[in-house]
Amino acid sequence: METDDLEMEAIDIKDHKMLDPRRWVSRYADYLYTYAVFRVNDQELAHDLVQETFLAALQRVGKFEGRCTEKTWLTAILKNKVIDVYRSRSTGFAKEADTICTEDTDTDFFDPDDGHWNDRHRPARLGIEQSDALENKEFQKILEACMKKLPALWLSVFTMKHIDEESTDIICRQLKVTSSNFWVIIHRTKVNLRSCLQKNWI
Amino acid sequence: MKKPDKTELKKIAYNCKKATYLIEKQQIAKITLREQLELKIHLAGCSICVTFMQQSAVINQMARKMFHTGKADLKLEDDFKMQLQKRIDDQLDNK
Repeated sequence: METDDLEMEAIDIKDHKMLDPRRWVSRYADYLYTYAVFRVNDQELAHDLVQETFLAALQRVGKFEGRCTEKTWLTAILKNKVIDVYRSRSTGFAKEADTICTEDTDTDFFDPDDGHWNDRHRPARLGIEQSDALENKEFQKILEACMKKLPALWLSVFTMKHIDEESTDIICRQLKVTSSNFWVIIHRTKVNLRSCLQKNWI
Repeated sequence: MKKPDKTELKKIAYNCKKATYLIEKQQIAKITLREQLELKIHLAGCSICVTFMQQSAVINQMARKMFHTGKADLKLEDDFKMQLQKRIDDQLDNK
């Protein structure tokens, strides 16, 4: 059976939705790949995750209840796989979380005594303060490169919060970080990204 | 609410680390009234942190846009897709 009009399908929830596995690759492979790369920061691993997602989905075709679109369903399967990756990295995370609590990393950015900006990292106006910067391709490229340089845990927290807009509770639980560490990571990630942007902008 | 005394005020006025922390927290969650006041006092006197706040917001918007509008769309190699398609077809045909 053809399910060409996915939008119509999404609107009419009474309609029994059908899966069309033979079209998954052409319809969703690039999307799922992009989703994975942004979250695990590793292209090779992202390839594996896309493949595993499709194969796991095939096994569960009978369990699809048609409550969401095919795309949402596949994304949910991938999301669980991404979280498994985060978990498997969690021993490394625990170490990272420890080190960010020590003050010495902060002294890079702020004076340890008065909390003032250190010269090297002090924000300067870059001409990206207005939202028309969003059309700037160069800015986008640099931001992407800077995100890739973040420690895995920080990138996971940043992506889950600012791109997926997950709740703080869920992020803390899934990534096994305490709420105070969560805020430290959110803060450090942004200070770091901004500084990287400034360094590479000029 | 207890009024911050002079030395406390001075601390707030010059502590950019604390101010940027509050800026980040405020984007996601509620901060207390006292923290709002502290941040206001700081930002009134610190144009550097005002710049930080603007750039921080743009970074968030850009990150969201990069992903959601598919501008950063990555493509899988055709070879990989063909292999994947074959695996799916094989599984379906064996059922």
